[in-house]
Amino acid sequence: MTGRQRDENPAGIDLPLDPLPGHSSRGRLERVLRRGEFAVTAELNPPDSANAQDVYERAKVFDGWVDGINAVDASGANCHMSSVGICALLTRMGYAPIMQISCRDRNRIAIQGDVLGAAAMGVSNILCLTGDGVQAGDQPGAKPVFDLDCMSLLETIRIMRDNAKFLSGRKLTTPPEVFLGAAINPFAPPYDFRPHRLGKKIAAGAQFVQSQYCFDVPMFRTYMERVRDLGYTEQCYVLCGVGPLASAKTAKWIRSNVPGIHIPDAVIKRLEGAADQKKEGKQIAIDIINEVKEIPGVSGIHVMAYRQEEYVAEIVDESGVLKGRRPWRREAGRDERMVADRLDHLLHDDPDQTPQNIVKEAAH
Amino acid sequence: MSEQPSAQSPATAPVQAPQQAAAVTQASLNKKAAPKSDYKPADVSPQRRVQRSYAIRLWSVRHSRALEWFYAKFADAFLLLHPLWKGIGYSRVEAPIKFVEKRVKGFMFDCRMCGQCVLSSTGMSCPMNCPKQLRNGPCGGVRANGNCEVEPDMPCVWVKAWEGSRNMVKGDAILNVQKPVDQSLRETSAWLRVTAQAAAAREAANARVSA
Repeated sequence: MTGRQRDENPAGIDLPLDPLPGHSSRGRLERVLRRGEFAVTAELNPPDSANAQDVYERAKVFDGWVDGINAVDASGANCHMSSVGICALLTRMGYAPIMQISCRDRNRIAIQGDVLGAAAMGVSNILCLTGDGVQAGDQPGAKPVFDLDCMSLLETIRIMRDNAKFLSGRKLTTPPEVFLGAAINPFAPPYDFRPHRLGKKIAAGAQFVQSQYCFDVPMFRTYMERVRDLGYTEQCYVLCGVGPLASAKTAKWIRSNVPGIHIPDAVIKRLEGAADQKKEGKQIAIDIINEVKEIPGVSGIHVMAYRQEEYVAEIVDESGVLKGRRPWRREAGRDERMVADRLDHLLHDDPDQTPQNIVKEAAH
Repeated sequence: MSEQPSAQSPATAPVQAPQQAAAVTQASLNKKAAPKSDYKPADVSPQRRVQRSYAIRLWSVRHSRALEWFYAKFADAFLLLHPLWKGIGYSRVEAPIKFVEKRVKGFMFDCRMCGQCVLSSTGMSCPMNCPKQLRNGPCGGVRANGNCEVEPDMPCVWVKAWEGSRNMVKGDAILNVQKPVDQSLRETSAWLRVTAQAAAAREAANARVSA
């Protein structure tokens, strides 16, 4: 018999938590961040299948190690299971998904509908992205929509939440209670504008941001200095993106093929020099985490271990960022145990429960 | 559950997956399978119009301060002519003004006639030329050399916007969050719209003062 965990609704794991003053969502991630705990989020590799079990299996490796799971929206413009679908499955199981919305595939009509649907299913965190161009993916002939951009998307959802209105001004009877996130990339030009752009995102409604892969800690440190000077770290939680590189070859491929990810030569040299490149890639990620967690203003990390998800637990464990804290994990609750016991009794003891029999037994 | 092949893939695939991603992606397979043709378009992108040179667009960004000054004078002149526009009828002057506006701005800024010009807030670099049509850029995909992720030969519109805005007197307007594009205003005259709005605002202010 296990008691209920911290940040879990006693009436059921899939139900939203009680609202707290000053909180805009009823989710766990916001609670963790507002308590000042170092948050850990991870990215779920979306399956190319219509099987719910695939999503559950992939979420299971994060159990007890992360505070939020990013459900990506066709990342890199490649088709996968939709983020709304993944979120529907994850919230059913009590996980705290961070639903990503990209502006590439849907216009403002579809997006606002999805936000309402997601919030109704218990999604408390939404990450607003512009999205990669369609040329990056497996279907370059698709029509790029980009009706909104990340900034106007943030503003749209903020208006829906705070003013209980659609962008058009039509009223909502129940506004979506969501914690709004955005992405930052301190590693792409124009470097001096990037901190101001974070300011714009905060003005538009961002409450937390997740960064692009950080491999260049000095660069991130300079960025954070500027952000601190501008006072943005008090208005927004910054999660630094980290992840293991599988090999020097992969690193070079990413560097030349994926715009926006900056990998310094030193990292590639270190990978090339290692006997076990995969292990070294993991070690580099851990070293980077240990450096960035000391930077003032960094409230957490976002682990993106694409196709290496099983390493997330090790990386989080070995870097010690949780400091002994154990994030929510899926456990059998008291009521579930009761149901199981009862089912066991029904299945194996084979009681005769016909009305006649029950009356006969009661008469004795 | 473990007999489902895809459920195992996160555990077993990573060993060869990144290399696989490096060599064979569905996108590269599709590209290879495409029929061979003598005609290879130089640049294929759904939102691009054929263009070789960005020289004039970049000149405009370099001279953003001068253009800002000129634009302010020009807007004042247009506002002075408001009685004339109203006399003739805005709907009647629309066609010739739009004709001129489209060609002038098209030449100077590669204007796309979105009908809601924000050049003064974007360092005289037209954001509609961004393949993602970002009104609040730049995105995270800017290449290290400052070029666009979608069109590698084009300097990022928003990198240029930031440079241009630094030369301008009211360049900090780039820090304002821009509303999403109203698609219903496409192919209409921004000049006339701004003039009519400014005139209405002036009349409202005058009415307040006299009341």
